[in-house]
Amino acid sequence: MSVMRPLRSVGLVGYGAYIPRYRLPASEISRIWGGDEEGTVAFKSVPGLDEDTVTIAIEAARNAVARARIDPVLLRAVWIGSESHPYAVKPSSTVVAEALGVGNACLAADLQFACKAGTEALQAGIALVGSGMAGYAMAIGADTAQGRPGDALEYTAAAGGAAYIVGPAEAGCATLEGSYSYVSDTPDFWRRPGQNYPRHGGRFTGEPGYFAHVLSSVRSLMEGLGRSASDYRYAVFHQPNPRFPERAARQLGFKSEQYSPGLLANEIGNAYAGSSLLGMSAVLDIAQPGDRILLVSFGSGAGSDAFSWLVTDTLPKRQSLAPTTRAYIERKTIIDYATYLRLRGQLVMH
Amino acid sequence: MSLASSWRTRKFRLGFVGEICPQCHAKLFPPRDICPHCGGPAKEPLAFSGHGTVYSYTTMSVAPRGFEGQTPYVAALVKTEEGPLVTAQLTDVASDEVFIGMPVEMVTRHINEEGDDGIINYHFKFRPELAAAAKH
Ligand SMILES: [Zn+2]
Repeated sequence: MSVMRPLRSVGLVGYGAYIPRYRLPASEISRIWGGDEEGTVAFKSVPGLDEDTVTIAIEAARNAVARARIDPVLLRAVWIGSESHPYAVKPSSTVVAEALGVGNACLAADLQFACKAGTEALQAGIALVGSGMAGYAMAIGADTAQGRPGDALEYTAAAGGAAYIVGPAEAGCATLEGSYSYVSDTPDFWRRPGQNYPRHGGRFTGEPGYFAHVLSSVRSLMEGLGRSASDYRYAVFHQPNPRFPERAARQLGFKSEQYSPGLLANEIGNAYAGSSLLGMSAVLDIAQPGDRILLVSFGSGAGSDAFSWLVTDTLPKRQSLAPTTRAYIERKTIIDYATYLRLRGQLVMH
Repeated sequence: MSLASSWRTRKFRLGFVGEICPQCHAKLFPPRDICPHCGGPAKEPLAFSGHGTVYSYTTMSVAPRGFEGQTPYVAALVKTEEGPLVTAQLTDVASDEVFIGMPVEMVTRHINEEGDDGIINYHFKFRPELAAAAKH
């Protein structure tokens, strides 16, 4: 199948990140549960008592609007991908749109596809703007992920999000060269309604899950565009831990200087639908005109979206218009396991 | 907060939207029907910048119903860049880190909820200016 391209060229006209302030060290989890923290992340971000996917999305989206320098009324879609929407029924996206001052003539929806839901929203935004149906569309990936206490996922399930405004290529900080999406029914991770924690399918999470989908989407995209790893200044992968993206990157021929700047997992954990999109925002904070960026998501269940972006002369003028991803990473308060339980609402108050 | 009042005040609560008086151009927060400065009708919405400084504050150790799980937290009077004093919770800050004159910025956060099956209320709060916080 060929690379996906919209009829009208589109770009990212604004982007913004948000990461909560609190960090739980892996050593705190292994102190309580006696597990092995070897090979996992050093810290994961933890949302405050008053934070959820909606509040994370609002701040990331405000930063994207600040960089885009557009009136939010021009946004014709606000789409949020997450596995932790605060309501089972009632959109997060309308709350976010209202907070931003978006008008009523707007599409709004919540998407769900494990960690890929945010890039799915981005693909939809590209299509909406690229077809000429809308001038601007907002795509957000945000999560406050939970892992079962003592489970391997508890080390990494983190919180954060990033927002992107898709608009005309002429106004873009980075223009889209093409994208490729690859999905299959692979049961590597799931959560049934009413359950507090997800389950994962052991051996399915690596080879048939992450690696098969990520490698397929990237290889198809690069082949379709006639590009090789050396054409890219940066490559950003979904990062459930630091090891998976590093291994996938190396298998695809990328070197550390290409994938390390967008690899944040060791410092903040896995922000699920926000994970690859936060890696992308960290790279956009430092990229220069002419740089080419590969963005690759992965979502369990399973699928991967791969995008090729080319940075324009506009980006340097936008980078300082909102806080950088690094500023949020460095704004950190280390917490212990008891505080973590409190912030995650695990203490019974009445 | 009733559903009706929560709905009616959504732009004020979520977007920190006040008013500007069309007669005397006073910036008003919260929004109201009559301008307190000139007595004329005030209806023009104005999105405030969200930047300000702590004018006064108090640490809440005993909280009203619905806020018990959040103590201790700081309630503050914030002097907005536009002028009006606004009462709001501070967030992302320990009570011993707060000082009079502290630069703060508006964020939209979860404030309370109407039980486990009710509506979730979001509201503006203030936190230390991020640019300053990142330096610590
Ligand atoms: Zn007046």
